[in-house]
Amino acid sequence: MSLIALPLGLGLALASEAPPISGIIAAVVGGVIVSLLGGSKVTIAGPGNGLVIVLLAAIGTLGGGDLYQGYLFTLAAIVLSGVLMLLLGFLKMGRLANFFPASAIQGMLAAIGIGILAKQFHIMVGHNNETGTIIELLLTIPNDFVDLIKTADINMLFASGIGLVSLLIMVFYSKIRNKYFQLIPAPMWILILSVGLSYFYALLGKPYPMSVDYLVSIPDDVLTNLAFPDFAKIMDSEFIIAVFAITLIASIESLLSIKAVDKLDPLNRRSNVNKDLKALGLATVISGLLGGLNVVTVIARSSVNVNNGATNKSANFFHAVFLVGFVLIFQEQLRRIPLASLAAILVYTGYKLANPESFRKIIRIGKEQVLIFLTTLITTLFTNLITGIAAGILVTFIIHMIINKSISLFISNLFKPNILLFKEEDEGNFYLSIKYFCSFLNFHKLKNKLDVVPENMDLVVDFSMCNFVDHTVLEGLENYGAAFDKKGGSIELIGLDKHEADSFHPFAIRKILPVAALKPIERYFTKRQKDLEAAARDYDWKYIAKKNTNTSFLENFVFFHTREVGYFYNLLKDAKNGCSVFDLEWTEGAFIAKEVVKTTMMHIQLDIDIPVFTLDKEGLLQLIYSLAGFSAISIENHPDFNRRFNLSGENESAILKLFTDEMVLFLESHPYYHIESNGSSLLILKKERLLGVQEIKRMIYFGQQLHALVQHKKIYP
Amino acid sequence: MEMHPHPFKRILFGFAFSPTLEINILETTRIAHFFNAKLILLHVGKKTEEKSGIVNALLEKIDFRDDAIEIQWEEGKPVSVILEACTKFNIDLLVLGALQHENMYQFYVGSIARNLTRKVNCSVLLLIKPSSERVPCKHIVVNGLDAPETPVAILDAFYAANAFGAQQITIVEEISQQEIHVTVEDDLSLMKANIVKERLKHREESRVRKILKSLPEAFLKNIKIKTQSIFGKRGYSIGHYAEIVRADLLVMNAPKKTGLLDRIFRHDLEYILSDLPTDLLIIRK
Repeated sequence: MSLIALPLGLGLALASEAPPISGIIAAVVGGVIVSLLGGSKVTIAGPGNGLVIVLLAAIGTLGGGDLYQGYLFTLAAIVLSGVLMLLLGFLKMGRLANFFPASAIQGMLAAIGIGILAKQFHIMVGHNNETGTIIELLLTIPNDFVDLIKTADINMLFASGIGLVSLLIMVFYSKIRNKYFQLIPAPMWILILSVGLSYFYALLGKPYPMSVDYLVSIPDDVLTNLAFPDFAKIMDSEFIIAVFAITLIASIESLLSIKAVDKLDPLNRRSNVNKDLKALGLATVISGLLGGLNVVTVIARSSVNVNNGATNKSANFFHAVFLVGFVLIFQEQLRRIPLASLAAILVYTGYKLANPESFRKIIRIGKEQVLIFLTTLITTLFTNLITGIAAGILVTFIIHMIINKSISLFISNLFKPNILLFKEEDEGNFYLSIKYFCSFLNFHKLKNKLDVVPENMDLVVDFSMCNFVDHTVLEGLENYGAAFDKKGGSIELIGLDKHEADSFHPFAIRKILPVAALKPIERYFTKRQKDLEAAARDYDWKYIAKKNTNTSFLENFVFFHTREVGYFYNLLKDAKNGCSVFDLEWTEGAFIAKEVVKTTMMHIQLDIDIPVFTLDKEGLLQLIYSLAGFSAISIENHPDFNRRFNLSGENESAILKLFTDEMVLFLESHPYYHIESNGSSLLILKKERLLGVQEIKRMIYFGQQLHALVQHKKIYP
Repeated sequence: MEMHPHPFKRILFGFAFSPTLEINILETTRIAHFFNAKLILLHVGKKTEEKSGIVNALLEKIDFRDDAIEIQWEEGKPVSVILEACTKFNIDLLVLGALQHENMYQFYVGSIARNLTRKVNCSVLLLIKPSSERVPCKHIVVNGLDAPETPVAILDAFYAANAFGAQQITIVEEISQQEIHVTVEDDLSLMKANIVKERLKHREESRVRKILKSLPEAFLKNIKIKTQSIFGKRGYSIGHYAEIVRADLLVMNAPKKTGLLDRIFRHDLEYILSDLPTDLLIIRK
C-alpha cells in the first residue's frame, strides 16, 4: 500500500503547489488517526485528488503570488476545515453528500480531472513554470511540443522523455499480465525506474542531465523542518471561502469514497460515516498543524487495499508506519525523483477522472443529464468549484421544474413527509411507498428510511403514488440494491411502469404520464420489466409487455363479479402448460368513487374440469360470494385449515373430493395465496398490488405445484 | 371495565346550493340512517321559497324518507353559525364535505370545512367523495396511538364499523422515531435499533389488545381485526397507510387546539387534513 501512497502523496502535494512532504504528512497522520478512530474498516485515508484544484486556488489567491506564504495561510484554512468536518460528524450530517445531483457531481469530478491534467501535462513535458487558468493551460499544451522541437535545453528534453515514458507505463500497466510485474504498482515502477536511471548515470560517471529544478525537493531533515499554519488572514472573505470549499470537497470526496468502498468490502460491513467524518476532521486538524494537506478517504488506494486482501483497519495503520520509515530511510533517493514522472502519474489520474467513458454513460441516461453535467463542468472550469456545483444544482432544479411543468409540485411538497415504510405483518418483508416526488432534493428522507432496513430483508419500493423520480434517486437505489443483494436481501421497484422516460436507461428520469393510456407501455422499459424479461428467459416462457384488452378469460371468476377488468400487460406466458402471469388493471366502483387498482395475478388453464370454488383468507370477499350463491365449506379432520382459510363454493361434494389430505397439507405448509377456480382454470393472486419479480417467482413456483397437484400428478417430478 | 360508545344521536350537515348538493344530501341521509340518528340540515343564508323548494324536492328522492330530518335556516358567518348550531342542537356528529387536496392558500388561510374541524367540540366526519350510489364501507383504519383519547377512538371505529357493515378494521400503531433512541449508523446500531423496534412493537400490540378487551364483545364479532405498527412521523404515516390499503374510512383522535404556527410546523392531524386520503372521522368527546 505504501508503494502507491508515496508517489501519489508527493504528486498531489506538488500539484497543489505545496511542498511535496505535505502530502506525505497527510497520508501518515490520516493513516494513523483514521485507523484508530474511524468507523470504516477497509478504507485508506490520505491526501485526495479532488482537493488539488481547491488547494491550488487557495494557495494562489491567499499567497498573492508568494507560494510559500500562500501555503502557510492555506494550512490555517485546512485546520479550520478539519474543525468543520469534525462538527459535521458530531451533528451526524454524514448524509449531506446526498443533496447533490449525481450528474452535477460527475461534472465536478470531470472538472477536477481536467484541472489536474491541464497543469500537470506541462510539467510532464518539462515545462515547470506554466501558469494561468485551467483553460489557458489547456490551450497552451500544443505550444509545449513546438517548444520541445525547437529547444536545445537538454534538461527539458530529458524530463519530457521521462514524463512520456512514465505516462506510457501508467497506460499499459494494466495490459501486461505478468504475476511478478504486477507485484509492484505502476506508480512505484515509475519511481524505481526513474531513480534507477539517475544511479545508472552515476555509475557511468556522467553528469545526470537534470538540474535540481526538475527534481523533487525535500528538506534535509524532515522532522525539524515542519511548516506551521499562519492564521493571519482568518477574517478575510477569501480565506472563509477557501475553508468552505475545502470542507465541501473533502466531505463529498470522503463520503462518496466510503460508500464506494463499502460495496467492495469482502465482509459486507456498513461503515459508520459519522464516525469516519469525525476521525477525518481530527486527522485534518493535526495534519494541517504539522504542515500537511487535508486528509480524506480515497477510493483508488482503498480499492487496491481491498484487492490485496485487507479485511481490517490495520492496513491503514501500517501503510502510514511504512510510509514514515520509507521517507526517513530513502531521503536521498526521494530527491532523485524527477517531477516529470510524478506529473505523468497525475496526468493519468486526471484523465481517469475526466474519462470520456463516464461522459458517454451520462449521454445514455438522458439529454437533460448532459446539460447538468456540462453546466457544472464548464462553470467549474471558468470560475471555481463552489460556483460550479451551485450552478449544477440550480440547472438540475430548473430542468425538473420544466419537465414537470410545475413549480408547486416541488415547493409545496418539499418539506412534507412523503415516505411510508412498514413491515408487512403477514409476510415479514418491508414495504416502502413514496408520494409526491422523489429527487435529489428529498433523497435524504428516502435514505433515512432505507438505512433502517436490514440488508438481508426483502424490500419492495412502490412508486405508484409518486409523480416524479430523478436520476440521482434511481442510481442511489441501485446502489442500495447492490448492498442488499450482497447480504442476501433484495430491493424491488414497482409502480414505475406508468412513468414516462426519455431514454431506455434504467436510471433515466421518470415522470408520471398525464394521459397514461395514450402511449404504449413497452416504450419505457423499467428495471422490473427487464427483470421480468430475464425471468421469462430463465423459465423458457414468453414475455410480452404490451397492453392487451382481451380479458374475456377472466370474466367468469367470482372475483371479477363486482370489479371491472381493464387490461393486462407485462404478460409472462408458458405456452406448454397453459400458465400465465400478468399485471392486471381493474376498477372498482364507479364515477368519483372509482378506484383503479393494479394487481399481479397468475392464471392456469387446466386440462380437466374441476368444481368452482374460492379459497380466501381475509374473509373480506365473503359478502360477494354469498351473493354468488356460494356457501362456506369446512373440511373434516382439518380444524386448523378451516380456521385459517375460507373455502366456499356451490358443489360441496365435488370440492371436498378435490381437497384431499395431500392438498390441505400443501396449502397449510405454503404461504397464503388467494385461489379461485371457474371450473376450467385457476386464478392465483397474492395482494391487491403489483408484485416484485422475486414475489412473482415465488408465486409461479406455488402455482406450478398447485397445478400439478390439481391435475393429480406428483408434486415433485 | 367494559366501555360503551357514546352513540351519534344527532347529526348536523351544513349545506350550500352547489352542484353536489344532491349527492351530499343522499350521502348524509344514508349515514344518519346507518347510525339511526336524527339529521339536521343547516343552511347558512336566507330562507326563500325557491331554495326550500329545491331542498324539499331533493328530500323526496332519498331512500329513507321515514327518518327524522329537520331543516334549519340561519344567517351569519358560516363558521360561527355552524359552531353555534352544534352547541344549540346538542350535536354529536358534524358532517362536512371537503376537498381532497388543499393548495397553499387554502391550507394556511383555511377552508371552511377544515376551520370547523379544528374548532368544533363534537366529532366530525369529513367526506371527500360522497356518492349518490352507496359505496360499501369495507375497511376502516383507526389510530392506536398511545394517547388517552385512543380507546374512545377505537371504540367508535368499531361502532361505526358495525353501523356501516364494514368487514375489516386495521389498528395502526404509529411509533415515533424518537422512541427508538438508537441512530442507525452501522451494522451494530442497526441491529440494536431493530431489537428496540421489536420490543416497542410488542409493547404497543399488548396495549392495543388491552383496549380491545375492554370493548363490548358484540362489537368485535364479524369483524376481522388487524394491527400494523409503523415507525415514522406521527399523524403522517397513518394517512399514507390508509391511502395504500385503500381504506374507506379513517378514524382519528381529535387534535389539541391548533393555531397558524401548528400549520407551519405541522404535526399529527394537520398532515392528514392537508391531504385527505379517505373519508375521515375525528372523534371528540
